[in-house]
Amino acid sequence: MNPEELLEIAERIVGWGRDGEQIEAVVGHSQETDVRVYEGEIESLSVAESQGVGVRVIANGRQGFAHAGTLDTDVLEETLAEARDNAVFGSPDEFFGLAEPDGVAPPELDLYHEALLEVSTEAKIDMALELERAVQAGDPRIVGVESADYGDAVGADAIATTTGIRSSGRDTSCYLTAYSLASENDETQTGFGFSVGREPGTLDVAEAAADAVERATRMLGATQPPTERVTVVLDPFVSAQFLGIIGGTLSGEAVLKGRSLFADRLGDQVAAAGVTLVDDPTNPEAFTASDADGEGLATRRNQLIGAGQLERFLHNSYTGRRSGSASTGSAVRGYASTPGVGCQALSLVPGDRTPDELIAGIDNGVLVQGVSGLHSGVNPVSGDFSTGAEGLRIRNGELAEPVREITIASTLQRMLLDVAAVGSDLTWLPMSSAGVTLVVAEVTMSGA
Amino acid sequence: MIDESVVTSALSEALRTGGEFAEVFAEDRRSSSALLDDGKVEELTSGRTRGAGIRVVVGETTGFAHTSDLSEAGLAKAARAAAAAARGGGGGRQMVALDRVDAPSPNEVEVLPETVAKATKVELLGRADEAARAAGSAITQVSARYADGRRRILVANSDGLLAGDDQVRTRFAVSCVAVGDTGMQTGFESVGRPIGFELFDEYEVDALARTAANRALTKLAAQPAPSGSMPVVIGPGGGGVLFHEACGHGLEADLVAKQASVFRDRVGEQVAHPEVTLIDDGTMAREWGAYAIDDEGRPAQRNVLIENGVLTDYMWDLLRARKEGRESSGNGRRQSYQHLPMVRMTNTYLANGSEDPADIIAATERGVYVAHLGGGQVNTATGDFVFGMSEAYLIEHGEIGPPIREGNLIGNGPEVLAGIEALGNDFAMGSPGTCGKDGQGVPVGDGTPTLRVASMTIGGTAA
Repeated sequence: MNPEELLEIAERIVGWGRDGEQIEAVVGHSQETDVRVYEGEIESLSVAESQGVGVRVIANGRQGFAHAGTLDTDVLEETLAEARDNAVFGSPDEFFGLAEPDGVAPPELDLYHEALLEVSTEAKIDMALELERAVQAGDPRIVGVESADYGDAVGADAIATTTGIRSSGRDTSCYLTAYSLASENDETQTGFGFSVGREPGTLDVAEAAADAVERATRMLGATQPPTERVTVVLDPFVSAQFLGIIGGTLSGEAVLKGRSLFADRLGDQVAAAGVTLVDDPTNPEAFTASDADGEGLATRRNQLIGAGQLERFLHNSYTGRRSGSASTGSAVRGYASTPGVGCQALSLVPGDRTPDELIAGIDNGVLVQGVSGLHSGVNPVSGDFSTGAEGLRIRNGELAEPVREITIASTLQRMLLDVAAVGSDLTWLPMSSAGVTLVVAEVTMSGA
Repeated sequence: MIDESVVTSALSEALRTGGEFAEVFAEDRRSSSALLDDGKVEELTSGRTRGAGIRVVVGETTGFAHTSDLSEAGLAKAARAAAAAARGGGGGRQMVALDRVDAPSPNEVEVLPETVAKATKVELLGRADEAARAAGSAITQVSARYADGRRRILVANSDGLLAGDDQVRTRFAVSCVAVGDTGMQTGFESVGRPIGFELFDEYEVDALARTAANRALTKLAAQPAPSGSMPVVIGPGGGGVLFHEACGHGLEADLVAKQASVFRDRVGEQVAHPEVTLIDDGTMAREWGAYAIDDEGRPAQRNVLIENGVLTDYMWDLLRARKEGRESSGNGRRQSYQHLPMVRMTNTYLANGSEDPADIIAATERGVYVAHLGGGQVNTATGDFVFGMSEAYLIEHGEIGPPIREGNLIGNGPEVLAGIEALGNDFAMGSPGTCGKDGQGVPVGDGTPTLRVASMTIGGTAA
């Protein structure tokens, strides 16, 4: 379905509104193809279409919500009725209210690449097979490719409200990903590689394969080192995950509800001077770029930390209104939930040294290429973090032996202040934050 | 949900281009939840999804398509798409007439949540908020969530299988923030069972809220966790996460077959202390991971994975079992009709040992006592895994000492199994969990008695 058809459905629901009621309807549709190959054969091929609708009703200062996974007219009516009924049981809150047009023009972004629709399923399968072959051939120690996948999606969504919001859009995306197994002397290590884009022609099979091979083979022979305090270098894929968590602590919702460790710190030096953190979904380079947020307001560039100083929190309409400011265009949601507040395309402003140059300046450290247990090991409220990690030792400015079964621990507050350098290698990833090589001093590495 | 004749014609359509196996999985899911945060009932949410996933197998290839249109035409369209994706073949397989066989459900539902007034559900939230705030003036924020879901499924396949299940789940969770001189700390507690609103005859939300509040308050006095390797004693209940990660995932036949498990080729070997018996049991009545049939229509089973320390078997889904010429173990699960099934755990637990838990602690000179675990993650190929400790204490001279701040523990599955040196006689099941694998989440349960592992690495910051 195209965005115009979806907007028509959203407008139809909004048109059913009664006096004194605010109604917001969000409608989404997506078409996906997923191919997984294994040992030269197609293991699975899925073709799917899905759609859904979410309806929010605000009446008498109370809010209710309902969602459904189909767009049949009777379902739309039922969803509105259910949301309306749910609103009866919520607590009144004077700050409830839908977004209102604020005059900010949405950025012109090129997110929908028709070329993706012209690629045959055969060609997609061939890319996955080619990726698997390239990983397998990359090194004699690669003993298997656990999975090699091609996936793509064509998505469209629309949002309409009784307050005058009308927004719709569509985008295309595709990816290649491989999980590799390397083995030597009865020991197995794993690695992964991927490539993302808006059309298959821009995907880089060779780079995805090379990453999957290198990440697995360079871990062979890894041992558990003794516990010590070291300088860690976070690989872009790892730093992006940490940035995402830090971004969450800067949401206006966390601040208003007393769950942000930065709540009273606006204007303070919360990070090293080299840290400038920006959330900018208007950046066309970002894989998660978008012209409108989850409430249909134009997205905008928000600088959160400038040269280490905390400058701003992110807001949706509710948190903006309640904190006496305004939405920063940072409502995030799917059709099945009410809008939260969050980063959409977060990145650090890159420095001027390459990862190799940064590593050359470190006498004793660890390059962390993967972390695990982030969801259980990071408490974004207290700031304590401790995650499983693996990577390579850095000795006298050079990468040395691999290490595994370690944890790295500090607090988010300290980590920001301990950032010693930001690399020049900014990389946009298939998540709402970009990666860049990051050097952090004084992190506890637990081992034997 | 769908007429048998409609299912039969969809299966025939799916096999028309030469498929060897075809399956229709239909699902109708309703959910409702209510969230209290910041002293206010923020919203009630209702959800409804309905659809069917159809798969067709030819040789090594599975073709899959799904649709939210459950009409005869909608299913036929999805069946053709799945057959086309499976790329045809020479099978020419005939459909076997459907024979409906329903397995008994391990879960009895007394009060369907959909029959309970919304106001009654909301009232629970207010009580939890009040009880948590009353636990101490340092409690500055409380959020409480009530959620229920009803998932009706129907599975039919070209072998003639036809089975259904009506799965109800009810859950309640409280999360608190406490503020002190050392900053903010959080505490969490949840309960959930595959039953209806009678859950609240068994559990008082006030008590849950106090537990969550006390966890946050306790941590205000917590010192930084130690770093490095030492003995770890895990309390009864939540310790099941340890086995879920340390070896559960590694015993899933799909990962084993792809050489992505350290437990490959180890059936029959002594992998743990002779007192260690690990079981995955989808029939465990009223536990979070229990069901009548799995998402391939196979009745849930009790599967012994490790018996007296010897690895006895892996867990199986339909496709992996067919390849090996054996039966599925009832572990084929999927998040929704939009997903392909794969091998998943149900309720995974370590059976009772014989020691008095007090003796296990008393015999530990220095170590860490983990009373409540957070989530975990594992790399099944290397066996390295982590899990979070959300409530933990130092053990000094055989006694439980001061609380320590949150952090992860890291270990290696086979090494930790071999390192279990004491098992208590106080078995308990833990909190309801959601297990993630390859992007799909399914409800799982776990449990353990008190146990001690000789050495694990604690990921703290203290020397």
